[in-house]
Amino acid sequence: MNTIWFLLIAISVIFSVINNRLESFTKSLFDGAKSAVEVSLFLLGIVALWLGITRIIEESGLIHRLSNLFRPVVSRLFRNIPQDHPAITSITLNFLANVFGLGNAATPLGIKAMQDLQSLNREAETVTFEMMLLIVINTASIQLVPFTVIGILSDFGSKTPAVVVSPTILATVLSAVFAVATLFVFRKIFR
Amino acid sequence: MKTVNLISQLLIPFFILLAVAYGFAKKVRVYDCFVPGAKDAVSVVIKIFPYLLAIFIAVKSFQASGAMDFAQGVFLGLFTALDVPIEVIAMAIIKPLSGSASLGVFTDIVKTTGPESMASLISAVIMGSAETTFYVLAVYLGAVGIKRTRYLVSVCVLSDIIGIIIAIAVVKFLFSLR
Repeated sequence: MNTIWFLLIAISVIFSVINNRLESFTKSLFDGAKSAVEVSLFLLGIVALWLGITRIIEESGLIHRLSNLFRPVVSRLFRNIPQDHPAITSITLNFLANVFGLGNAATPLGIKAMQDLQSLNREAETVTFEMMLLIVINTASIQLVPFTVIGILSDFGSKTPAVVVSPTILATVLSAVFAVATLFVFRKIFR
Repeated sequence: MKTVNLISQLLIPFFILLAVAYGFAKKVRVYDCFVPGAKDAVSVVIKIFPYLLAIFIAVKSFQASGAMDFAQGVFLGLFTALDVPIEVIAMAIIKPLSGSASLGVFTDIVKTTGPESMASLISAVIMGSAETTFYVLAVYLGAVGIKRTRYLVSVCVLSDIIGIIIAIAVVKFLFSLR
């Protein structure tokens, strides 16, 4: 991240000098700051909602029952999570929210899953393999029906906006499989 | 598709009801439980905020400086040679960086080339099959304060590139059959 962030900033400054766009460069910094605040406030709302709900299922013990139920699916990929650990449930709920395109639930539940995985982490500041797997699957974004995309296509007069559904599923599954495979290959190399 | 739509609409209400009803049946004080849980979100979002800020100013300034346009120029030859509509370049570059900007680019492509053009179809599949990688990284890692990311970022960047190639290839293959 350090390298990428440095490159983005440095390249941006150089290009804004070359293109004589220093003014819009400075303005973009404030724009960025503003969107960070807006997005954070939005996140605050939805994360609070989901952390409140998950606290109830933790307190009632439902989370352990659900973890036992979901274990066969998740534990094939995530091997180092104990039997009825809450992480199994939060990971499964995060995946379900992704598959059904519920973005407002997927991110908060992903954050919850990260917290649950962090409770198993022995080195607090180093990412674990399970966390990497969760993030890689989330960035590959497995989604059954891209409702937003279909909405825009039909807004602009497409008669058959649903034609994009099967190629999207095919592409998203292929890229997710590739991403997970890459992660496992990297683990072999950088062990 | 209707079934999927129905399930997605039912999923959250059903889950909330399950959580609250099960808790209530187990004599959990659901309201008193919800409130401190929700309160935790404040500290989580405060942790995430500086990471988001860092990502957003970098991405916004990258777009504003004209570096975006230059990057598009670099890929122009490659995309033309492979007979991929050039509008897709903007989509491919912006998607991993910014969610709102990629929605804007996508809408623009549909508006200018029509909803049934090859450019629109490929962009639609990229929209649906890729994620704003750097946002996910900032939020997920920021939430638990991870600093050492090992090989995670390399895997994500590599997967983004391959993901976009896959999206283009799938659309070109499926729609050339018709």
